[in-house]
Amino acid sequence: MSDHANNSDKPLGFDELPDAPPKRKIKLSWPGKIGIAIVLFWSVIVVIGPTIAPYHEADILDEVLFIVPGSDEMYPDTDFQPPSKIVYLGSDYIGRDLLSRILYGARTTIGISVLATLLAYLIGVTAGIAAAVGSRYLDMGLSRVNDALLSIPSIMFALVLIAALDSPGLAWLIVIAGFIYAASVFRISRSLGQEVMVSDFVEAARVRGEGLWWIITREILPNIAMPLATDFGLRFVWVILFISSLSFLGLGVQPPTSDWGSMVKENLPGLVLGSYACLMPAFAIASLTISVNMIVDDISAAAGGKLATKMIS
Amino acid sequence: MLWRALLGRTGISLVTLWVVSVLIFIGTNLLPGDIAQIILGQMATPENTAVLRAKLGLDKPVVQQYLVWLQNVMMGDLGISKAGLGAGLGTPIVEMLGPRIDNTAMLGLIVAVVAIPISLALGLLAAMHPGTRLDRSITFSTLNIISVPDFLIATVLVLVFAVSLGWLPSIVYLRGDESGWVLMKTIAMPVLTLVIVVSAQIIRMTRATVLNVMSSPYIEMAILKGIPRRRIILRHSLFNAIGPIVNVIALNLAWLVGGVVVVEQIFSYPGLAKLMIEAVQVRDMPLVQACAMIFCAVYVVLIFIADMATILSNPRLRHPK
Repeated sequence: MSDHANNSDKPLGFDELPDAPPKRKIKLSWPGKIGIAIVLFWSVIVVIGPTIAPYHEADILDEVLFIVPGSDEMYPDTDFQPPSKIVYLGSDYIGRDLLSRILYGARTTIGISVLATLLAYLIGVTAGIAAAVGSRYLDMGLSRVNDALLSIPSIMFALVLIAALDSPGLAWLIVIAGFIYAASVFRISRSLGQEVMVSDFVEAARVRGEGLWWIITREILPNIAMPLATDFGLRFVWVILFISSLSFLGLGVQPPTSDWGSMVKENLPGLVLGSYACLMPAFAIASLTISVNMIVDDISAAAGGKLATKMIS
Repeated sequence: MLWRALLGRTGISLVTLWVVSVLIFIGTNLLPGDIAQIILGQMATPENTAVLRAKLGLDKPVVQQYLVWLQNVMMGDLGISKAGLGAGLGTPIVEMLGPRIDNTAMLGLIVAVVAIPISLALGLLAAMHPGTRLDRSITFSTLNIISVPDFLIATVLVLVFAVSLGWLPSIVYLRGDESGWVLMKTIAMPVLTLVIVVSAQIIRMTRATVLNVMSSPYIEMAILKGIPRRRIILRHSLFNAIGPIVNVIALNLAWLVGGVVVVEQIFSYPGLAKLMIEAVQVRDMPLVQACAMIFCAVYVVLIFIADMATILSNPRLRHPK
């Protein structure tokens, strides 16, 4: 590219301008492709799940459904039934259809997690960029507060808040998770923002006389968007695991709303009775979180792995 | 110089611990209403409430309450629990914590002793042969393990070892006088679950750390000198990676604080985390405070060790300009 510039004695035409660096194409591995398919599948379920569910999530199925034709048994058991034509994935501990609950639960679990992650990003990125572009004192103040929040294990923080708020509802759950995970989002967006702030093109923009808002929206945000998008995936996985752990402990989503974490908890006693009802929602969570991680893994591999190391610390 | 770094870190940890205590105190006082009323529940006559309020010091301003609480905690008095309230004014929390702390500490220690050597070995093995089938299968399976909820791993283990094979009990029933083989069998399931969860993290981070060291110029030099790969890893890179690896281990043991909550609950392990969950369920605020403080203190100490490992292993950090 440089000899083009040196050899020509007439002004450069468009076709002779140096080539832009080739657009980085993300090559997806097989696990990554499967991951995308599974994530798309669950996204569709979030939208249409309750519509295609054979029963309502809170419906306790009638005994009549389970009567085997030609049998004398008029009052068959409805709980922990194995998969059959009536209940495709079996029934749960009080005889509700497992498949319907998983389809309904997708909306609760994924919805809460997405909202909480978005909230964490809203708080974290705003504060992080404010710390990166703001004065030294603002940065110091925000960073100290953040350090304090990060020095409490997230589950402990949540337990204390849940105890204080007395079995909070879904909205509070989103706020608690969003608030707790905002701390780590703050840390990463601040360090990414600081990196961009000291770059030459920001200095050039400043010398040009661009305002702070222009620099934030035109220089910083586009440059940190890609790493943040990858981080969003990881953070989303952690929020899902966090919220399902809380539900599993019986402190998250409350019955009769179905949610994958609490479904594992309530069907756990069936395991020793030979029912796999508690495994289905657990595998649903795992399929989603593993898929997101596989996609993130591919993207950070395409970005030279540098991203991955950044995310560990 | 070294001592100054040490003192500085200790100071930061103490300040952190103090801030944590403030946050926990604020957190537990967020609730609408009054601890005295919650404790008494349906027995809350005005006279009763007033007596308990005076006893707990709730009639004083919040800052003073905090100072009294902090002073008591420092003196080893963690307050009284709601449990056993019918008889008198509740059980002193210190009495309840003793055996629970022992159990959780035992669990944590055994997990650390088992998990650290295994995961270091596997992490090094993966780093020694990057890109091979062995490495790829190790990274792939550890990525899967860290992406799934802890309770899924626990559930699958129960299904295999307790339900199908019938080798191990699915619920931990500790009488306190078990020893040797019986004890091992009793706590095998929670230990196994935590070992799997923690190892996956340590393996990944060990591999990343060693590979990071492997890309430094002096390793390139060693490769060009023609030293066998094995020797480069064990003599050159491992020693430089020890600081970061100790850091990784300490960080992961700190994360164990979170994992222990779910695992103790699922196996009914009579530890501190289970006590805390029970306290949260019945809103026994003083007990929640006490447990949270202990967990956070352990967490802060482990983070402190992680920091110190980084400083001690790096001469440039040891002698800051």
